[in-house]
Amino acid sequence: MTTQSKYTPITLLRPSHGWLSLNLGDLWRYRELIYFMTWRDLKVRYKQTLLGASWAVLRPFLTMVVFSIFFGQLAGVPSEGVPYPIFSFAALLPWELFSHALSVASRSLVNNAHMITKVYFPRVILPLSSVLAGLVDFGIALLVLGGMMLYYGIAPTPHVWTLPLFLLLALVTSLGVSLWLSAMNVLYRDVGYVTPFLTQFWLFITPIAYPGSLVPEQWRLLYAINPMTGVVDGFRWALLGIEASAPGPTLAVSSTIAVLLLVSGLIYFRRMERQFADRI
Amino acid sequence: MSDLSIRVEQLGKQYRIGAPVTQYMTLRDQMSDGLARFGRRASHKDGVKAQDHYIWALKDVSFEVKQGEVLGVIGRNGAGKSTLLKVLSRVTEPTEGYAEIRGRVGALLEVGTGFHPELTGRENILLNGAILGMKRSEIESKFDEIVAFSEVEKFIDTPVKRYSSGMYLRLAFAVAAHLEPEILVVDEVLAVGDAEFQRKCLGKMSDVAQAGRTVLFVSHNMSAILRLTSEALVLDHGNLVMRAPSAQAVDYYLSHGLSQEGERAWSPDEVPLEAAPFRPLKVRVLNKDGQVVDTIRSVEAAAIEVEYELTAALTGLRVGIYLMTTRGEYIFTSFDTDDPQAFERLSARAAGRYTSRCILPPDFLNEGRYLVGVNASSFRVKRYFQDEQALAFNVDAAGAPGMHWLEPRLGPVRPRLDWTINHLDG
Repeated sequence: MTTQSKYTPITLLRPSHGWLSLNLGDLWRYRELIYFMTWRDLKVRYKQTLLGASWAVLRPFLTMVVFSIFFGQLAGVPSEGVPYPIFSFAALLPWELFSHALSVASRSLVNNAHMITKVYFPRVILPLSSVLAGLVDFGIALLVLGGMMLYYGIAPTPHVWTLPLFLLLALVTSLGVSLWLSAMNVLYRDVGYVTPFLTQFWLFITPIAYPGSLVPEQWRLLYAINPMTGVVDGFRWALLGIEASAPGPTLAVSSTIAVLLLVSGLIYFRRMERQFADRI
Repeated sequence: MSDLSIRVEQLGKQYRIGAPVTQYMTLRDQMSDGLARFGRRASHKDGVKAQDHYIWALKDVSFEVKQGEVLGVIGRNGAGKSTLLKVLSRVTEPTEGYAEIRGRVGALLEVGTGFHPELTGRENILLNGAILGMKRSEIESKFDEIVAFSEVEKFIDTPVKRYSSGMYLRLAFAVAAHLEPEILVVDEVLAVGDAEFQRKCLGKMSDVAQAGRTVLFVSHNMSAILRLTSEALVLDHGNLVMRAPSAQAVDYYLSHGLSQEGERAWSPDEVPLEAAPFRPLKVRVLNKDGQVVDTIRSVEAAAIEVEYELTAALTGLRVGIYLMTTRGEYIFTSFDTDDPQAFERLSARAAGRYTSRCILPPDFLNEGRYLVGVNASSFRVKRYFQDEQALAFNVDAAGAPGMHWLEPRLGPVRPRLDWTINHLDG
């Protein structure tokens, strides 16, 4: 038997012009697909790999080891009174989430071109689910950080409850940049070459290997235009109690920019969306 | 409430043709394109737009579909059929006009969209169902039914990359067949798979049609259109040419040379130098009225014609054709001088242009797609030219023997044989 619904939704298909509404209602109707696509990303990611999900730990962990040797030991970069390994690892957690989102989400539309040309669904689900899939890796790495804090005898600060807010800021930034990159990638495959370079460049302008306090006072606000600065500072403050990176005007700047990135990304994505099936 | 399901009003879709559509653009292309456009604007002050870069895949198409109606869409390749379905299923936006859709649309533009080779059959059912717009609860309640229909129970927990292509298709179609939207939009999904699979798909399609859902069905298979739909739209070059009861629409389509592609011309650089003095020009398929067509009817006579030029006189030449199924099996080979008297008479051919034409009798070929090969040679002397796959054409079986049974017939020929039935103990 057919499962006829009581009401009949009416869809009007017409050419769209100018600025579009974000059509979040459609996204809500397809919420199960967000779940399924995230689940697919996770399922597929470590298929036919030897080490499987341990890659989620190995990547930040090995980076941390390299940073600790070269920056912590040899270069003697200060780490605000906490052991350098944990100082850098706390920053690498959100950074891995961000850089992974950039590399996977920027390709998400192009890699799923066959779906885009054959079936309708809100296209934003593709970059969105790629970003969300990174949360699982983040969770695993967070457990490792917990272990390291235990080892170094560092107790979580009373502000640890704010951590989800900084995680949210990291997600907003990741999604905002991913929306721009994934939509641009449909029209210009140059994005595929730019992204690794962009990520590398971004790593250096974010206080991961070094403390943000290294940046001269008068440049801090400018420095905070990179939203990942606010995220990393927040993580260090909430987890390790580093007071130098406590929330302040820089966080306000970072958050504002992150929200601007997301909103502009959504608008750009929606504007380009109508061309995806024809141009991909 | 009105019982209208789909209303399409002056719908148009414009595509850009040339490199930018088939290939993606890089930023550099975009810039040089912009420069070129700037240059054009500068040189053509009369404001002539580069119209040749654009093509209307659909233009000014209006029609209505009532609830529960099963409408066929026919037309040759590039007529706009798939574009129409893509617009109606929201894959792409129209350039002008609008369409009003009442109800949930399920689109089957291909089967197995979003299937991931690394995932198991079970996982792909869930994923593909969600992509096609099914609710999780809906998929789970139909899960066993889908698995049973696909006949891959034993491998349901195996990654689909280990499936045979037949199993893959069956699983993909099984999910699609259990989609139950108010409006179903189906593109040529039946054109894949073996005969048994196609029979199953057609059976399922007619179930869907009888269940009172609105269906839009695109196919090159005229028999399927006749069996499944009551009315059909005929599209040509993006325009809606007619809407009529299916039999009438199919007849119009097949007899009006709308399927005009049944011709192949060789450009000089496709012809090897050693072919001289033979120079092939064209090969074409003609229907009984002498029109060039890409689809002939099984029940009517048709002709295959080779046009060529001799740049010098030749003796002992024979020009002929092969007919082959798309699986590469030869059906026959025939030459224009197979008749000894004709060979005698034409032993020497003067320079000039010629055509050699043969007639395919009615009630000869079964439905399907066939390849025409061309050969020009002198027996035991020289093969001047050979192209084994010069041209493809379709045969439609509407009206052929046994069409009242919904089944594909095996074999490339479909003769109308005289049967005598004797009741022996009567």
